[in-house]
Amino acid sequence: MTGTATSRPVRSGSQPARGTAPPPRRRLRASPGRVVAFVLATAWLVVVIAPIYYMVLASFRSQGTYLTANPWLPRGGLTLSEYGTVFGAGLGRYLVNSVILTVVCIVLTLSFCLGAAYRIVRRTGRAAGAAFRILLLGLAIPIQAIIVPLYLLVYKLHLYDTLFALMLTMTAAAIPISVLVMVSFVRDIPRELIGAMLVDGGTEWTVFRHLIVPLSKPVLATLAIYDGLNVWNNFILPLVLTQSNSVAVLPLGLTKLEGQYAINVPAVMAAVLLSVLPLVVLFVVMRKQVMRSLGSVVMR
Amino acid sequence: MALFGVFIVVPMLGALALSFFRWNGLGTPHWAGGANWIEFAHDPLARQALTVTAKVVVFSWVVQTPISMALGLFTAGSQRYRSVYAALYVLPLLLSTAGIALMWEALLDPNFGGLTALSRSLNLGFLRQNWLGNPSITLYVIIGLIAWQFIPFHALLYQMGRRQIPGVLYEAARLDGASPAQLFWRVTLPQLRYTIVTSSTLIIVGSLTYFDIVYIMTNGGPGYTTRMLSLDMYQAAFQQNEFGYASVLAVVLGVVGVGIAFGLVRFSGFGSMASQQEGVA
Repeated sequence: MTGTATSRPVRSGSQPARGTAPPPRRRLRASPGRVVAFVLATAWLVVVIAPIYYMVLASFRSQGTYLTANPWLPRGGLTLSEYGTVFGAGLGRYLVNSVILTVVCIVLTLSFCLGAAYRIVRRTGRAAGAAFRILLLGLAIPIQAIIVPLYLLVYKLHLYDTLFALMLTMTAAAIPISVLVMVSFVRDIPRELIGAMLVDGGTEWTVFRHLIVPLSKPVLATLAIYDGLNVWNNFILPLVLTQSNSVAVLPLGLTKLEGQYAINVPAVMAAVLLSVLPLVVLFVVMRKQVMRSLGSVVMR
Repeated sequence: MALFGVFIVVPMLGALALSFFRWNGLGTPHWAGGANWIEFAHDPLARQALTVTAKVVVFSWVVQTPISMALGLFTAGSQRYRSVYAALYVLPLLLSTAGIALMWEALLDPNFGGLTALSRSLNLGFLRQNWLGNPSITLYVIIGLIAWQFIPFHALLYQMGRRQIPGVLYEAARLDGASPAQLFWRVTLPQLRYTIVTSSTLIIVGSLTYFDIVYIMTNGGPGYTTRMLSLDMYQAAFQQNEFGYASVLAVVLGVVGVGIAFGLVRFSGFGSMASQQEGVA
């Protein structure tokens, strides 16, 4: 027993020596490893695409053919009629609400964050440091943990069941991560540049307006996409803070539609696809930017 | 700042304060001392919710981390088709959780769903299950759907992490005769440590507080088998109007979430922005 235990480190230690035997492989050759990788990756692709394909196909059915035709094959009567059904059921309203909410939240978040980041970086005082630390704590607090008092607060402020309540709370929720990303960006802007502008008679405001804002455009775009996606898809805040159909945003609206059309699967699928359409357009137009935004925000 | 203070910081303190009151949301709150907390300690439902939540957290991490890492390393490769795959992999990220839940509800329907249709045409009996109504499998279905939703995001993180590893490290290791397996264990994995910490923290805290899919698809059922802590809290507050007791659950969620996040960050020496930069440089 002890024999095998002691022999193990020796074996692993000798591995580099044994490894010198095979010559460095040319890249891009179809080695067994690459074939396995290809097969597994394709399997995952099927897992990702198949449900979406199913949903697209189902949305082109009528309620009757969905139940009778094979749902995986594009045969047996395809129609756009259920798309009309969901627009008649108020999807357009939810869409407009979502667009308004998302745009307002992005504008509020970005303008606030850029200003706050600049102040935090420029002022090394205790207040700025403390503010920054509280923001970090906000980053760690899950929204679910504060949803109850948040609801009561919104209720007391007479904002319950308004889009305005969603604008304020979602902006507040987006602020910690956005400020953090902005701070780490603004911090990397060379101090000499700021100093030079100040020496040339610039004020803090002109520095901010003519140096920080133009330089920050790529980060602002990244944050706009990231925060925008989160606002567009957020479910729990609209669920808790709104109630009427007139202020429902898409994610909540979808579940309302499902309540109305529980047995009409094609209509529900059509609604889901319409709700994701703006994002798909955005993704097709600026795929690289979207993928970079998603990752880079949390990787900082 | 004021906005953040009012809508994030005030509720944080509010949750803690409320957890010591008994309140139905309408009348005046009554001081309850530790009664809510004692109720929590003796509530079998809360224990059930804790168990379910712990399962979701552990299984989510175990399922999502290796798959995400493998996909991330795969898509970081230079072949053309891999970037096409990478673009398609991102698609679930565009769907809202509500959309994902409704889509899978249609697929998993035991009578008219896509999987049942598939089981009929391919003669694969096991695809025909009562996916969302069978107490012994539904929780795992939910965990699988959460993975379906979030693996693309974490794969993206690993892809970026892999691309940041300097190529020289691989060149040097290859010159020293390292095998592909050794390249992975000795170069890739250690170099990805920050990515692993970031991704794991997000997976763990995210699944700890997970709410949307469970609420829409099962509402905690069948029985209480998928009733997670966040759902327990939601129902206590907004269906039973037990705001004090719900706040206890909220505080537990918040403290555990923050604790795990800071614990992971501290444990891995991933303290501040500066230290991350040093690690890379």
